[in-house]
Formats: sequence, structure tokens, C-alpha cells
Amino acid sequence: MDFVSGLRCRECARTYPAEALHVCDFCFGPLEVVYDYEALRGSVTRESIAAGPQTIWRYAPLLPVADPAPIDLGTGFTPLVRADRLAAELGLGELWVKNDTANPTGSFKDRVVSVALTKARQLGFKVAACASTGNLANSVAAHAARAGMVSVVFIPEDLETAKIVTTAVYGGHVVAVRGTYDDVNRLCAELTSEFPSWAFVNVNVRTYYAEGSKTLAFEVAEQLGWQAPDHVVVPIASGSQLTKINKGFNELYEVGLLDERPGVRVSGAQAAGCSPVATAFAEGSDAIRPVKPSTIAKSLAIGNPADGWYALQVVRETGGACAAVTDDEIVEGIRLLARTEGIFAETAGGVTIATLAKLAAQGVIRRDERVVAYVTGHGLKTIEALTATIGPTATIAPTMDAFTAAVDLGPELQSPR
Amino acid sequence: MSVTVRVPTQLRTLTGGAGEVTAEGTTVGEVLKALDAAHPGFGERLFDEDGGLRRFVNVFLADEDVRFLDGLATTVADGQTLSIVPAVAGG
Repeated sequence: MDFVSGLRCRECARTYPAEALHVCDFCFGPLEVVYDYEALRGSVTRESIAAGPQTIWRYAPLLPVADPAPIDLGTGFTPLVRADRLAAELGLGELWVKNDTANPTGSFKDRVVSVALTKARQLGFKVAACASTGNLANSVAAHAARAGMVSVVFIPEDLETAKIVTTAVYGGHVVAVRGTYDDVNRLCAELTSEFPSWAFVNVNVRTYYAEGSKTLAFEVAEQLGWQAPDHVVVPIASGSQLTKINKGFNELYEVGLLDERPGVRVSGAQAAGCSPVATAFAEGSDAIRPVKPSTIAKSLAIGNPADGWYALQVVRETGGACAAVTDDEIVEGIRLLARTEGIFAETAGGVTIATLAKLAAQGVIRRDERVVAYVTGHGLKTIEALTATIGPTATIAPTMDAFTAAVDLGPELQSPR
Repeated sequence: MSVTVRVPTQLRTLTGGAGEVTAEGTTVGEVLKALDAAHPGFGERLFDEDGGLRRFVNVFLADEDVRFLDGLATTVADGQTLSIVPAVAGG
């Protein structure tokens, strides 16, 4: 059994049954899953979670679908890595990196898709669909293959080659659309009305899908010994992940898994070429103005973010901040994380690390805080961002002389015998 | 000007189930008001107290978000398509 008591509109609070609904029929506001926290308090314990699988499904009672055999590729429980070398570079104290590149298809999207398609199957859907900037396409195609579902994923045609290949390999339908992600998203939102028997994971089952991101908070708290961090840095595309990480920490306290009410400051990271939320934050405005994206961080290139307004509220209410970083800073962020911690992030991870660096330099993120940076996609997916900047140290003839002429590590490391 | 208006599932109870209807007007705002006159209920669903589009309602004229055009004052041409789309999607 699950602990879902229904769905509720975040705008006007109208309630709905837990069916394939994603927006309020009346005001179009997003629907949020409501749980019976009182029942959960009596049923879920640190021990019951520890006895579960090493995947997101160890938190099943806090997810919106109960299934003895969920559609799962082994997602979640990714490493939380203490990042002392990166912290030293940035002048920070206790810094951790949540390395969500380690998921089966290389991004956090496996969390939301595993939840969404398990629920979709329960609701009777046979087709798995989505609008994607790439990571979601990978994950939907892979999970659908495993579940024996037909998949149809829609992507902007200018995506990175790797993200197209790593979607198409699973044998579903991949539709490249001439337009931006926002065009793809609008098309899918319209198609949802015409193909009601298709589960568009981030449209008509989005309410359930989004809940999967809470596991990013659950895992971090459990990995820190059931404590919440002081400050997290999260990339913002639609804004959903950021709001759900915040919800996740609060729910843990709500059901008694955290002893103290968490006071997690939540900061948001955007690319300067697509920063509607960071811009509103900087201007002190409530209005998220849609933009036409232009950035190498294509997985964050959502010009009209569905949850942008809610993400902005979370950032403000928790005392976090939002920053936007340039394409050059993104590349430097990727390289900084790689050379200090041995983690290769995609461009969105570069955005997170560059934002972490910026907010640390500004004193917004403090040295006395326990900080977690969410790195949510693997670098092999966006290798184009780096091929112009980095390559071999030297290309040489296969001789000793050529090597010693080309590479010099200094007298201590490279003195002749 | 007569334009085709595409209606999402959530609002089809107002159009007798139709996914497409036609409405008249010279601007996006006029077309939507005409829609409300022909199918009462559209107004309160699409507009907030100040008369602007609700936060979670997107309106596209010929596939372009009217927020990138002149909003409700955007002029429409005869035969164009106006789509009403819930904003909560994607990401």
C-alpha cells in the first residue's frame, strides 16, 4: 500500500484523487501529492529504510506509488563524496558532492522516471513519452525498454550527439523537433490532450514523476547519518528538482526521521544564457520572464520553467541565493571538479560547481556551513563542451627523447635515475 | 478576424468536448473574451483578478508564446491558430 491521500492544487488547494492528473482543472496550477504523514510516522523508521534495497526504492513509503516490483534499473544511493580538495580551492569548510552521475543512465533523471513509469504502468498506460533535453530521453527510453513499454521521446534537434545515440540505442522512437526545448515541451503538452493513453512522464504524470527527486534529499540525509546539511546548491532547469529536494528534507522531519527541523539553505544554479530564475532573484522580482536560451548547458536550457516561481520562493524562504554563470565558467567548473575530486560532470554539473564557486567567493556560502553540491549528470554526455579546450598534453614520437622534451613534471617527480 | 482556438483537455467541458473551436477578434485578448462569451467559463479559468493571464496558463499564437509578442494585445490575423496550453509541463 502507499501512503498517498490524494492530490492538491498548489495554487487554489482544490483536491483530486491520485489519478493521471497533473494540473488543476480550475486554475491550471500544479498538483502536488499529499501523504498521510501521521500514518507514515508510525510505519517508516531508519531501520526499515536500512533494510531496503540500495536504490531509491528503500524510500518507497515516501514515494507516490507502491509496487512490489517497480520499474528499476538500480537507481539511486549514489555516492556522497567528501570534497576536501575542492573545498580548499574554494575556501570552504565541510563540502560534499552528491555524485548523481553514477545512476544507470548517467543522470538523476533515473530517479523521476523510475517513479513515473512505475506509477504509469499501474494507471494502465502502455506508451512512455516525454519532452527532453537529453537526460530524460536516455532514462525514459531505457526504463521503457526494461519494462517492455513502447517509448516515444521528443528532443530538440540540436542536442549533443551522445545524448541522441544514448537514447536511440534502446530501440524506442526518438523524434527530433526543429525548435528549442520550450517548443518541444509545448508540442508535448498539446499532444497530451490528443493522446490521453500515453504517459508523458513530465506532462500528464508529472505530479508523480517530480516526487522522485525527493530521494536526492533522503539519500543525502541518510548518508550524513540522518542529518540535514546547512546549505545545498542545486541546478535549476524547470525548478522542480530544487523544490523537491527542499520538500524531501522537510518530509524527513515531518515523519520523524530527522530529530531536528532542518534549516537547509537552498541555492539555485543557472547558466547565464538561460537564467530566468536567477534574473528574477537578482531583480527582487516575483515575475519569471521567459527567455530564449543560448547556453552550452543544454540540459538546463528551459526558457519558460514550469516550477520557476516555486523554486524562487524556496530559495528566498530558505535564505539561499541564485546565481548565473557564463559558458566559460561552466567549462572551468567541469574542469575544477574533475581535477580536484575525480568526478566528470556534464555541463549542468559545471553550472552547479561554478555557481558554488561564485557564491562562496561572495560569502553567501560560508566556511562554517556543511554544504552539499548536487552534480546530476555525467560528463561523457556533453563531451562537445570540452573538445575545443582540452586534449592530450603532448603528441610525440615513440622515443624517450621525444617524451622528455615534451613533458616536464619538475625535478622532484621527473629526475633521471 | 476568425481564428482557430485549440483547447486543452482541462477546458473541454466548456466546449462540449471539442478540442478546437473558432472565435472572432482583432487581438489575442479579444479572441479569448469572445471565447468566454460563446462558452461561458473560459474567462474565470484563464484570467486572474487583474485581467492578466493566470500564471500557469500559456497562450501561443501560431506556436509562439504571446509573452514574447505583445501579450493579450497581440494582433491576430484571419485563419491563425491560438493554442491554450497548461504551463505546468517539462523539466
